[in-house]
Parts: sequence; structure tokens; C-alpha cells
Amino acid sequence: MADPMKIRAAMKGDVCEIRVLMSHPMETGMRKDSDGKAVPAHFIQTLTVALNGKAVVSGQAAPSVSRNPVFGFKVKGAKAGDKVTVSWVDNKGDKRSDEATVA
Amino acid sequence: MERSPPQQTLAGRLAILGTLGALAFSVSAVAQQELDHAKADAEFAKFRAEMEDSNPAELFELKGEELWKAKRGPKNVSLAESCDVGLGVGKLEGAYVINPRYYPDADKVMDVERRIVWCMTEKQGFKFGDIAKKPFASGNYTPEVTSLVTFVAGHSRNMKFAAPIKDPKVREVYEIGKEITAYRAGPYDFSCNTCHGSDGKRIRMQNLPNLSTPEGSLKGVMGWPGYRMTGGVMLTSQWRMNDCFRQQRFPEPKYVSDTVTALLTYMTVNANGYTYKGPGIKR
Repeated sequence: MADPMKIRAAMKGDVCEIRVLMSHPMETGMRKDSDGKAVPAHFIQTLTVALNGKAVVSGQAAPSVSRNPVFGFKVKGAKAGDKVTVSWVDNKGDKRSDEATVA
Repeated sequence: MERSPPQQTLAGRLAILGTLGALAFSVSAVAQQELDHAKADAEFAKFRAEMEDSNPAELFELKGEELWKAKRGPKNVSLAESCDVGLGVGKLEGAYVINPRYYPDADKVMDVERRIVWCMTEKQGFKFGDIAKKPFASGNYTPEVTSLVTFVAGHSRNMKFAAPIKDPKVREVYEIGKEITAYRAGPYDFSCNTCHGSDGKRIRMQNLPNLSTPEGSLKGVMGWPGYRMTGGVMLTSQWRMNDCFRQQRFPEPKYVSDTVTALLTYMTVNANGYTYKGPGIKR
């Protein structure tokens, strides 16, 4: 099981700003270990953000994204107290989903 | 043929003028350089401010919290119920900034990382050899101690450094640290102070802090433990000191040695009174 994400969601005017910090190695598959063997690719492929269960952002990530990545989103039509759910699936089928409440 | 005196004077004057010109040129070049440095520093400051908002160090704080609270080791106790990092067992609020300090139970002055390692061996029963085998992060590997240090450091955010220099034991170690910064050795025959003992020094494009000033020492201790974006690893001030020795081509000190504590004591005490911002982020 992957490590938890850190999610911050807050209203700035009428826009909800969501910032997500994910814990993931994001291996490109291009690096070699000390024995000269290629380190297998391991990266987040798809990510979704849902507001009260309704998907508002869905996207794809690629190996060029850094290790332990940070993503930021701006969502209209949210209000304080709404439930934000962020989830990702990586190329090995590993997944993680975490929740936060809009402040 | 002999030169007549007036000709000599003229040549002399020209030479002086030339030197003055070169001087003026170099003075303006230095001023320009300083301006460039200030600009670059300002850019990095902006970048850091942006990144501090979502510092991946927080992920390591989370891991550290788990490790701190879990019953572990051969003795099956948690650090939360056994480890005193300066304010009493399990008390963390503001503990990071009052270290390094003297611990009577260990009869040593210790910095936070050294103290946590001591707690893990003495209270939880881990073997020092196992902890010291791979003490610093690399690739996807982060030592447990690193996460623990980050967790403890996170409880001193925006608090002022207050290492207890009035304690004679701490003073002694501080003086040793000061001595070490002046110790010239190694194949290149230089000391910490060669690069970090006066203002305006740099290595490649990076400005180097002058550790003999409070502001310089603050730069030395402030951002640690820090998340380094190059490589995406979490590193502690113990690692920083170790790497300084490596860069100096000195033999690297043993993990959590007296030497490193002395250097950290020297810098932290110099930075006393300045605010610690918590686990940092590095480029």
C-alpha cells in the first residue's frame, strides 16, 4: 500500500484551491542501479479529483513528473465543507485514494 | 641608449593610468557580480517560498510520526513513551531549537539526530551497527532516523534557536566546534573557514555563508533537515556535515560522532535568537 497523500483545499474567493502532495518514487525506467541494471519504470498514470463524489478533474501523468510530486488545481462551484477525494493509479496497478474537507 | 627623465615619467604616468583603469574596471565588475548574486539569491528565495508551501518534507514528517508512536525494536517500546529530546519524555513542541544540549543520562552533548539514535539503541534495543550501516538517504531509500528527525524538527516551526550555551558542557563542545572549523588538513590543505570564514565567497555559482556571523550560521542550520529536489531525497544536518568532509577530501566522520555534534553546536549557537522555519527544501 502506498503512503498517504497530503491534501490541502481552501476557498479563495469563489474558487477552491486544491494542492496535493503525493508520495511516489516516479521512476522513469531510464535510470540504472549500481549494478548497471535498468530500474523498472514506476510512475503514476492517472489521477482524479472528485468533489462530493463527482469527478471534477481527471488527468494523466507521465514519467517526466518528479518524485513525490505536487499538483495544484482550481475548482469553481465548491464551498467550504465539501469533500475532496484525490486518487491515483500507477503503471503497476498500485493505487491510493485520500480525502480532505474544503476549508 | 639612455632614456631621458621626461620620457620615463610619461611612461610611468601611462602605466599608472593603465593600472587605475584596470582597477576601475575590476571594481565595477565586482559590483556587477555582487548585483548578479543578489538577483540570483532573490530568484531562489521566490522559488523556495513557492515550494515551501507544499514541501515534500511533510511526507517524511508523516512517516516519522508513525515511527515515533509505534512500539518497535527488541524491547518493544515507542520513542513517544521513552525518548527525551530535551524537554522531557515524549515532549516535542520546541525541542528541536534547544538542541544540541547536554544529556546527563548519556553524559554527552547531542544534537537531535544523535539523540534519536541514542534512544533507538538504549530504549528500543536496536543495534547501532544496523542503524549506521546506511545512515543517509539515497534513491528511494530513506533511513528511519531521517524521518524521525524531520518529524521532531516539524514541531519547532517558526521558533527561535536557543541552544543552551550557558551550560559549560555545551560551551566546551562549542569551542571544539570552533576549533574544527579552523583546522586545515586533507590533500587540498584547507579548513571550513577557507570557504566559510569570510564574506563574499562562492563555489561555482553558489554563494557561501560566512559561518562566523550569526546570519551565516543561520543559513547553515536553517533549512535542515531538508528535502533535496535533485534526487528527491530527505537529508539531515548530519548528512550535510558528512558531505562537507567528503567535499574537503577528509576522511568522513563516523555516524553521529562528537565531531559533527561539535560543528552543529557551533553553528546553532551562533544562530541563537534567529527563527527556525522548520524542515526545508533545497534545489
